Amino acid sequence: MRKLISIILLGIVATGLFMSISQIPFGEPGERMGDHFIREGVKETGATNIVTAVVVSYRGFDTLGEVTVLFTAAMGLGAVIGLVRRKKTHPVIEPASLIVYTGCRFLFPVILLVGTYIVIHGHLTPGGGFQGGAVVASAFLLMYLGCRGKRIRENLSRGLESLGGLLFILLGVTGLLIGGDFLFNFLPLGEAGTLISAGIIPLIYLAVGLKVGSELAGIIDHLIENTDELSE
Amino acid sequence: MEIIAGILVLLMIASAIAAALFKDLMNAVIASCIVSLIAAVLFYLLQAPDVAMAEAAIGAALVTGIFVIAVKRTKRFEE
Amino acid sequence: MNFLSEYTYYIGAFSLIIIGLYIILVKKNLMKVIIGFSIFDTGIYLFLITVGYLREGTAPVFSKSGLDAGKMVDPVPQALVLTAIVIGVAVLALAVILAIKIYAHYGTINLRKIKEQRW
Repeated sequence: MRKLISIILLGIVATGLFMSISQIPFGEPGERMGDHFIREGVKETGATNIVTAVVVSYRGFDTLGEVTVLFTAAMGLGAVIGLVRRKKTHPVIEPASLIVYTGCRFLFPVILLVGTYIVIHGHLTPGGGFQGGAVVASAFLLMYLGCRGKRIRENLSRGLESLGGLLFILLGVTGLLIGGDFLFNFLPLGEAGTLISAGIIPLIYLAVGLKVGSELAGIIDHLIENTDELSE
Repeated sequence: MEIIAGILVLLMIASAIAAALFKDLMNAVIASCIVSLIAAVLFYLLQAPDVAMAEAAIGAALVTGIFVIAVKRTKRFEE
Repeated sequence: MNFLSEYTYYIGAFSLIIIGLYIILVKKNLMKVIIGFSIFDTGIYLFLITVGYLREGTAPVFSKSGLDAGKMVDPVPQALVLTAIVIGVAVLALAVILAIKIYAHYGTINLRKIKEQRW
């Protein structure tokens, strides 16, 4: 019965979705939201990557809200886990084989370097704080899988996360004091296409990268290390 | 290019159906990982390198890791 | 046939959304439902990016001079999807940890069995 209702509902949704999708032309030029950003973006923000310009500059306040959602999810996760009193037992961890261990030790700094590169060059080439932060967090995931027993210090990851959020808000408030708008670009734009350009955009993306990287690494740390007792 | 996109989309749909049908949750997780990976390639073909990068790092690495940990902590087989 | 080659990406996004919704509605295993959410998310991202595509367009990055601004794909959906992906993983982790806690409490993640049990 439940299945029948579900499938009828699914059919209705599918029909509606199909009718609306078939009205949208694929790849046709026309009136677009991003036209202004593409034409004037480099002049106005100094960033050659227009997606970065939209995320950090035009929709910067929105990005702050999204980072807050991320923070809230991580905090809720910590609160849910924290309801269990942990027994201080250290289960014997089976070490990974030598090849896996050495491979992970070798790859870890390389992935960290790539992640940092992606964060720093966010305003010039594809990439930025969100992607670079995710790459950095995946390096920590690799470390947890390959070299069990090593942990991030919790205070360090919390501190970096708070530092990222604080830096974002401080930059925004400084812009408010100098230019009258939250996240006003108060630094000189410089020459587009060079590493030090686009004013506060690289700084904000650095803050976002710090925040996303430490947040996701902290989530993985929670999931791997603090749920052992739950599954007994 | 259109043929490549068509094959990729077919593979992606097949993986998604496989993820729905598998009784072994570990297999379902790997199938959903393949969906994310192919979606990352499609984003690249659609001229969205930023999104492709994020989807490859998150959809294929982090989400799969989180799911594998969760399946290990709960039951592996669907009843 | 022409329709198929034109709408390849739309068909992919449409199928992913429908399959994800099917898993969410029909399956009773909680982990399966969360996997369904992940597939549903991917379908929506693919749909939004496809809406912003321009035929024979280039990525919205002025990596070299001489790129035509009129032939660039729309950057706004890309920016939306970019942040949505990162938030999606955090929310997914929250859902997963709730599933683990439910398993620790009830000893099962089958939704029907959980409904039958008393506290």
